[in-house]
Amino acid sequence: MKILVTIKRTPHRDARIRVGLDGQLQLQDVKFEVNPFDELAVEEALRLKESTVAEVVVVTVGGEVAREALLAALAMGADRAVRVDTNVDLDHLQLAKALASVIQREAPDLVLAGKLAIDDESGQVPLMVAALLDWPQATQASKVELSSDGSMAEVVCEVDAGMEHVEVTLPAVITADLRLNEPRFASLPGIMKAKKKPLAVIALSEAADVGTLRVEVLGFAEPPAKQPGVVVESVEELTSALAERKLI
Amino acid sequence: MQNTLAVIAPLTTGRGNAVSKAALSVLGIACRAVEASDGELDIVLLGPGGETAAADVVSFGARSVYTVDHDDLKEYTAEAYARALEEFLRLSNSEGRSYGFVCTATSSATREFLPRVAAALDFPMASDVVGMSTDGDDVLFTRAVFVGNLHATVRLNGPTVLVTCRPSAFDIPEPVSESSRVAPVELKSSLAHARKRFMKLESTPSSRPDLSEADVVVSVGRGTKGPDQGIPLAAQLADVMGAALGATRAVVDAGWLPNELQVGQTGKIVAPQLYVALGLSGAIQHLAGMRSSKTVVAINKDVEAPIFEVADLGLVADLFEAVPALTQAIEARQSGG
Repeated sequence: MKILVTIKRTPHRDARIRVGLDGQLQLQDVKFEVNPFDELAVEEALRLKESTVAEVVVVTVGGEVAREALLAALAMGADRAVRVDTNVDLDHLQLAKALASVIQREAPDLVLAGKLAIDDESGQVPLMVAALLDWPQATQASKVELSSDGSMAEVVCEVDAGMEHVEVTLPAVITADLRLNEPRFASLPGIMKAKKKPLAVIALSEAADVGTLRVEVLGFAEPPAKQPGVVVESVEELTSALAERKLI
Repeated sequence: MQNTLAVIAPLTTGRGNAVSKAALSVLGIACRAVEASDGELDIVLLGPGGETAAADVVSFGARSVYTVDHDDLKEYTAEAYARALEEFLRLSNSEGRSYGFVCTATSSATREFLPRVAAALDFPMASDVVGMSTDGDDVLFTRAVFVGNLHATVRLNGPTVLVTCRPSAFDIPEPVSESSRVAPVELKSSLAHARKRFMKLESTPSSRPDLSEADVVVSVGRGTKGPDQGIPLAAQLADVMGAALGATRAVVDAGWLPNELQVGQTGKIVAPQLYVALGLSGAIQHLAGMRSSKTVVAINKDVEAPIFEVADLGLVADLFEAVPALTQAIEARQSGG
């Protein structure tokens, strides 16, 4: 079995991102990491690898800097990595086209990804990949169980109304949600070994014709600040404040 | 002149065949798009129950309300709903009705099926937009990014663009007196994906209002110490206030309350009139789900808790004393008038 995990390098989850006067993100001094939801996907792939025989391939799209995200996933235990090389900003559909072309070459049985990237929070790319390949999908997974012959997966998905159980016949795309697992930390030997694992680089132009960028991010701004609140001293005061505002 | 299509789907996860308030909020952004473009508005309802549910949307000035039912839409799968919308758009196009702007309210379902439509039809898409503005001929969208700490402005370039909009960011427009024409549409091709099967939905029944639609939410954190300690006190407060119950990730992870009550980056994004935060510290991922609430009340014994930074009214107190006292005080006001 072959499992492919798509990952994205994102600013560290605890980083406080500032916006410059030019309306662009100030990322010079920000630490980056593997998008936490993608990390859950890598972990799930590694766990499935432990219960079946599988090869785990991690794939990202980006410039030389994206290599560190692949190394982090290799250090966790992935077997090899592929980077689609580009320094140009791509929109979601362009990214999906680039990833879909790698997936077509690699022909994995299963594609895992995070349910969204914590920087942009769209959660579109893996589902666009699924549609481009005409594969089924299971999203926001909190549990993935492969059938004994490895041909199907039963997935519990976190949806607005509760927990949805679906069955997909592989190949399929599954996106990881918070409760899927607890990602491991890379061990020191793991980090050493990662450097020796195969890491292929494909030029974007070679991978796919991704067309032009059609979702332009023009700039960023801080949302309007909130008026500072009032500290009340007692339940009585709170009750009258709520009554004054006609909230009770 | 561009026409707008507001998509309401699926209907099956709502209550009965009524269109939920959250799903209706799509008409807020749709009507604004129509004003800006000088085009027509159409509405499409996907899934069983459309004929009944159509009554909820005929008075918003749409030229037509289309209902699409199909055997493959009886149970929700992203694959079939995506294909239904694709087929509907193709059919509309072939009948000379094209849409420049296709929008739907953000939900776990639309989040899941609209990207498939975007990929299949090669349309640009923006997720969970919270604002819309015009710049000359261009329409710009605002999106919350970085756990809601920043807003991004994006422009979508293409003859047809797709958008999911955050329900709390758009008000349902005022109804008009004229009624839209309702037209059932039949899609002939098969919509289901052969390799996907819906099995079951596990949902905890509740007599309280729906979390995404409630005017008041009482939300609990780890400080409530569990289902036999602070949570019943919070539930009593919720009941006297007619509120929905919400929870943090820690509470759901601990199994104290079901996952559908989680508020935050994972979970629901809510913006009620009143959000009462009990024993929750206010992790950034939780704030992302409630920071647009009109009034936030926080009760926490830790004066340093970040929730106080977004609270309009803060009370530093032990919730095990404060919550029952607040419940009693509200009850007393209700019975005393």
